[in-house]
Amino acid sequence: MTWLRLDGVTRRFGGKDALSGLSLDVEQGEFIALLGPSGCGKSTALNCLAGLLPLSEGSIWQDDVRLDTLPPERRGFGMVFQSYALFPHLSVRRNIAFGLQMRRLPRAEVRRRTDEAIKLVQLEEHAGKLPGQLSGGQQQRVAIARAVVLEPSLVLMDEPLSNLDAKLRLEMRTEIRRLHQSLGLTTVYVTHDQEEALSMADRLVVLRDGRVQQIGTPEELHTRPANRHVADFMGYRNLLPMTVTAVTPAVVTVEGAGLTLRGTGVGTLAVGDEVVAAVRPEDLQVGPDGVPVTVEVVEYQGRELAVEARTAQGTMLHLRAVERPTPGDRITVVADPARVLVFPA
Amino acid sequence: MTEKTALRHRLAERGVDRQLLLLLPALLAVLILFVYPFAYGMGLSFQGGLGAYRTFFEDAYQRDTIWTTLQLALPAAFLNVAASVPIAYRMRGRFRGKRLLTTLLVVPITLGTVLTAEGLLNFLGPTGWFNRVLLDAGLVDAPLRLTNNYWGVFFSLVITGFPFAFLLILSYLSGIDPTLERAAATLGAGWWPRFHRITLPLLAPGLATTFCLTFVLAFSVFPSAILVGDPAGTTRVISIAAYHAAYEAYDYSLASAIAVVMGVVELAVVAAVLGVRSLFYTGSTGGKG
Amino acid sequence: MKRRLVATPGAWLVWGAVGFFFVMLAGVIGSVLVSSFGRRWFDTWLPESWTDQWYGQAWTEFTLPAVLVVTIEVSMLVVLISVLVGVPASYVLARRKFPGRRLLYLLFLLPILMPPITYGIPLATVLYKYGFAGNMSGVVLANLVPSIPFVILTMTPFIEQVDPAIERAARMCGARTWQVFARILAPLLVPGILAASILVLVRTVGMFELTFLTAGPDSQTLVVALYYTMSAAGIRAQQSVDAMAVIYTSMMLVLLVVALRFVNPTQLVARVKEDVD
Repeated sequence: MTWLRLDGVTRRFGGKDALSGLSLDVEQGEFIALLGPSGCGKSTALNCLAGLLPLSEGSIWQDDVRLDTLPPERRGFGMVFQSYALFPHLSVRRNIAFGLQMRRLPRAEVRRRTDEAIKLVQLEEHAGKLPGQLSGGQQQRVAIARAVVLEPSLVLMDEPLSNLDAKLRLEMRTEIRRLHQSLGLTTVYVTHDQEEALSMADRLVVLRDGRVQQIGTPEELHTRPANRHVADFMGYRNLLPMTVTAVTPAVVTVEGAGLTLRGTGVGTLAVGDEVVAAVRPEDLQVGPDGVPVTVEVVEYQGRELAVEARTAQGTMLHLRAVERPTPGDRITVVADPARVLVFPA
Repeated sequence: MTEKTALRHRLAERGVDRQLLLLLPALLAVLILFVYPFAYGMGLSFQGGLGAYRTFFEDAYQRDTIWTTLQLALPAAFLNVAASVPIAYRMRGRFRGKRLLTTLLVVPITLGTVLTAEGLLNFLGPTGWFNRVLLDAGLVDAPLRLTNNYWGVFFSLVITGFPFAFLLILSYLSGIDPTLERAAATLGAGWWPRFHRITLPLLAPGLATTFCLTFVLAFSVFPSAILVGDPAGTTRVISIAAYHAAYEAYDYSLASAIAVVMGVVELAVVAAVLGVRSLFYTGSTGGKG
Repeated sequence: MKRRLVATPGAWLVWGAVGFFFVMLAGVIGSVLVSSFGRRWFDTWLPESWTDQWYGQAWTEFTLPAVLVVTIEVSMLVVLISVLVGVPASYVLARRKFPGRRLLYLLFLLPILMPPITYGIPLATVLYKYGFAGNMSGVVLANLVPSIPFVILTMTPFIEQVDPAIERAARMCGARTWQVFARILAPLLVPGILAASILVLVRTVGMFELTFLTAGPDSQTLVVALYYTMSAAGIRAQQSVDAMAVIYTSMMLVLLVVALRFVNPTQLVARVKEDVD
């Protein structure tokens, strides 16, 4: 059941499209991630949704009520900012209570709900402190508590984890997902980190240059990226410009730079087309009867080794190896045709 | 969408909306109290064609006030900036008493024209302490004449201008990331190369700004030129000429013309300095602020 | 630091120059101070005898109380109006990008950059034409010309430091425009506004040219009154002028001490903020 509808949402800055024609249906309880590199329009989209930026075109509807003409304070959404945007002169408690006070709720209720929110994010000991006295992770929790204490119909999060260190980021990921589920929130989450988006979201919207590239579940995006840009973003590190030499219904054969690969075509392709073959490093393996390459760099990555190797023609390939090769070693690599995607260039 | 809302949308995309109305009071104030009077003065100055300007430039007594003022203001501004750089450079770090020292340096700002003038007349006058020390030490045979002439005004410009220049330069210097100099030191640069190849280029824009502000201050010299100077002769600066034209000769046309000339000369110097500045690096100074 | 201070001749030169400046400064201030307490002082190291009569004289004959009242009234009005007018403008300049923003900034910079005499003379003429000059309203209006831009130039970088997301966060919490201003922005801007007010106060009390050009006999501030007494030589004993100058400076010093509680010394002359370390 569609609950929130974005219809051709467009925002221009000085004649340039920062976001053009974003249409999206959001169901209640969904976790949507807006994903893309910086400058792709994802934050613009979020700010339009929040009401912090007026739309240039398009409309936003919630249960047949038009939202995009309402000011942000009347939309009833909660928002978590990248910089947290805590009020520096108010204590943790008063930061969280602020929104409730703005709604002129009775004092007892403000107190009760604030206490609940503080408990929810486990900041009981810090309730009297000012934001400046907290660590980054604690500030993050205050920001989340401040957004969810209002029981908003929609929570917007703008790269909330980008200022945290790696370990804390993983913890907060789980924390946010847990809050989302236990409070039954609907969340729109902006990030540039594909791993974060894939692990948290029910559905992803990939944006590039203000345009939607693909909308789908994590599995769909991971295995069937719609174009080479999405593939690039989803971890297909080997993007090789090649030419189609043979096409069968199941397999496309491509050649270029001394390589011959067989893969799955995306869209219609004909012999002679300029294409880009996309392969993940983990789908290129050391094996017999493959492409001969020379190992250049080996990085230890826990269970596996990340290897950079060069073909005789000078094309750099990224692959994974289980046993450690030494730089200078000559090896051969093979790729599973089902895992090689061929996109029109 | 109606035409009106479409226009509003287009303007909003360019950042024009009702919030800009907050600018209106300030804008009106500056327009009514600054731009309009200035334009009015311009109008007055051109009342008799170029007559007022001709009067000013043909009369050597009037014309020379430009030179007199520049002769005072340029060396004073230059000395204030040049003396401030090494002192501020030495004091850029943290040391005990820095706050006290900078606070003491603000004191001259509170002195006001009259106390400075009185003090200079007393202190540097023929029977003042300064000349007494020189005489008793046998350094001079007759008291030096340091007041009611060029030097009196010059000293008053240094007393009020130096702290101003120093504090500004100190703040510009503190804005330069100190790790840059440390980086240069690790690359083998001694203190002089560190100063003139790293710090000085980064300081150059700040120096230009400081010079301009100190110059503006010195160029506007008015009361001290009368009180400690020789207002009829060697320190008849352009402000005095303008004031006389307006309030003693009641020739508002000439007074406005002089004011315009004064503004043009000052802006020309400022523009020249800023022009030179633009030849240097003008980006960030690596500081945190 | 101490060790190097002894070691290099450059350090000696620098500290020597600073020392010389302070000796000169002390001489200038000291001679006025000594003179203001001296009965007769000609051609000797110190006055022949001491008295405080000049201060009493300044207080009674010179109508100092009235002048002080005018000075305070004028400066307070200038501070109040320039803050009320300047702060909203600096908010827009700090937060918004719009066509003509740089031009506007330049326009606000100009009154600070121009010698007061250049616009003071035509301004006084205009004010006389409309009957404002010669009384307090004229003095206040004239002093607003550099004060409003000064508030704008001090406040704009201050407001820029406040994370704009904080205002958006308040809106997302349901605060209306006036609530954002009253509950979030105003408390955050108080230190900046205080600093700007004190700076404007110091500058207005010390502003000679504009007040001189627009004041009538009943609307002189302390600087202008002082100037008249000093330049009308012969009418009044020099020691009396010295006593008044000391009073003026003490007043400014009090203001300065108050100001330094809120602002850094460098901010008194510029809007450049000193780094924390």
